[in-house]
Amino acid sequence: MIERRFQLRWPLGASGSLLMLWALPVILLLAYVLPFAGVTLWSVTRPEPGFENYVRIVTGADFQAIFVRTAWVCLLSTAITIPIAYLLAYYWVMGSARRSRLIEICIFIPFWISVLVRAFGWVVILRNNGLASDVAAAFGLNGLSTGRNVWSVITGMVHFMVPFAILPMASVMRKIDSRVLLAALGLGCRPLGVFWRVYLPMSLPGVFSALAMTFIFSLGFFVTPMILGGGRVVLTAESVFVQMFQTANWGLGAALGVVLLVVVFAILWLSQRVMRIEQLMSR
Amino acid sequence: MPAHISIRKACKSFGTFEALRNVSLDIEKGEFLTFLGPSGSGKSTLLNAIAGFEPLSSGAILRNGEDISATPADRRNFGMVFQGYALFPHLTVAENIAFSLRVRKVARAEVEQRVARMVDLVGLRGHEHKRPSALSGGQQQRVALARALVFEPELLLLDEPLSALDKNLREQLQDELVAIHRKTGTTFLFVTHDQMEAMAMSDRIAIFDRGRIVQLDRPNVLYDEPNSRFVAEFLGTMNSLPMTRQRAVGGELHGHVGEFGVRAILPDAEQLAGKPAVLAIRPEKLALCRDRPNTDYNLLPMTIDGVIFQGGTTIVKGSAPEGTSLTLTTARDALGLPPARGEQLWVHWGHLDGRVLSG
Repeated sequence: MIERRFQLRWPLGASGSLLMLWALPVILLLAYVLPFAGVTLWSVTRPEPGFENYVRIVTGADFQAIFVRTAWVCLLSTAITIPIAYLLAYYWVMGSARRSRLIEICIFIPFWISVLVRAFGWVVILRNNGLASDVAAAFGLNGLSTGRNVWSVITGMVHFMVPFAILPMASVMRKIDSRVLLAALGLGCRPLGVFWRVYLPMSLPGVFSALAMTFIFSLGFFVTPMILGGGRVVLTAESVFVQMFQTANWGLGAALGVVLLVVVFAILWLSQRVMRIEQLMSR
Repeated sequence: MPAHISIRKACKSFGTFEALRNVSLDIEKGEFLTFLGPSGSGKSTLLNAIAGFEPLSSGAILRNGEDISATPADRRNFGMVFQGYALFPHLTVAENIAFSLRVRKVARAEVEQRVARMVDLVGLRGHEHKRPSALSGGQQQRVALARALVFEPELLLLDEPLSALDKNLREQLQDELVAIHRKTGTTFLFVTHDQMEAMAMSDRIAIFDRGRIVQLDRPNVLYDEPNSRFVAEFLGTMNSLPMTRQRAVGGELHGHVGEFGVRAILPDAEQLAGKPAVLAIRPEKLALCRDRPNTDYNLLPMTIDGVIFQGGTTIVKGSAPEGTSLTLTTARDALGLPPARGEQLWVHWGHLDGRVLSG
């Protein structure tokens, strides 16, 4: 499209552009599809051919517990992330220049700091006798366990995902014409009503894509639950790791990975459908 | 009795830029008033202040004598049609129109009835359940109008509502707007930079220049009796001839354009008072002749630069002494043989047709 419009001359010639055209699918094939095909193969061949691993995952109480816990942690962290991210995105887009600058810094600094560092940061704050329990103690809540539980995992996950959820919402909010909001005011709608009747519905497509992204992201969380959960809050991704590298049960780990991927694709497909309907609605 | 809407000494600055400088005016109930001016002249700023979207820096806005300067926009009960329409993209046509009634908690049955009436008024029957993006520009404009009128506001503010439409549709919608104005009896306050649009629709026009209203009157008065060179040249086409050696003789002002004597009605003394003057004549007041008319004044030689055929009339452009260019409109066959480029002709006008303005 761009090449045609600006008549850019491609320096590598026709065979070069063919190479570039195929590079991406080839990388995808070599780096993702083939290894994953291998993993899928393991899941039905190790330790012996058959669907033994999948039967274990579906029927085993330990795995059911992990899946249920994963679903809960992901739902909760998504449910906490979205409203926080919506507020921040709103003030980023609509706020005064100073406020918007401040929020921008708060959004982008975490991007430059690795997940690992952030997770350990939370460990320092949330560990027993750490900053958080000191603050709690100052308010008279003694002996409050703040480290290594579901809530510290969710805290770390929310902190990681908020910036990612802000971006799609902010990009939709930026496209909202401020005259439409003025029009609602002029038609006698109170400012709060303008938000509920106009701003929120118009920003919903951004909320939906943030929702899908946050939930899918959180399904694959590995480092944060491992560090902040300290082995007590094992989620699906961590249990894949445990099966693969600690109990050397490769077939079972592989099957878990396949199940996780299928769930992610199912959610992606579902969110695409919702998004398409939303687009149809707002057209 | 106080005027419907009164603007008192309105000032508005954005930083060091003064968008409004001490503007006062009265808007009569039910009139169609247009704010006309070039961009940046303050007309939209004043409209937004009346709507309540932008507070004034100083001054007051009164409704029936009561100060509403501090009333927020959502409590003013004024309808507004925006440039670019600003429809709610997530609502259907009917929902867009019903919006103001819904927020006022009007009963459902009455909402439906009033929406249906507005849909008929603006000619959108059959489109009620479409989204704005499925409509053409003209249809969106009609939705915006219906949405702003459905709650029967006493004042409708229109901010360049037709500027995005093509010429034919614009003229059609002008007629429709005038018809709707007549039918509803609502006060219309219309902002535009298009002088033809303003003259075609308005009861009165306020001409804005650099944050001030320079003249406010009926369109024909503004056209025939502009009080400044700015108004004269902004509204319609105007020939402005630099005038020298003026002196009052009886009720007339005598002077020269180049070496040629001109006479006009004596303007107000203070209006000129030592300032350089121009003699302003409308194109249709100039008569074109091949033979020199038998008169000593209000007569100039003109070299034809171009002839523009316009159907029933012809626009002739040419240059007169002192390097001034002249534009005049004549009947198509006024001269028998149409004037040719480069031809030397005479222009002549009556002494009541020219108007002396300070230049």
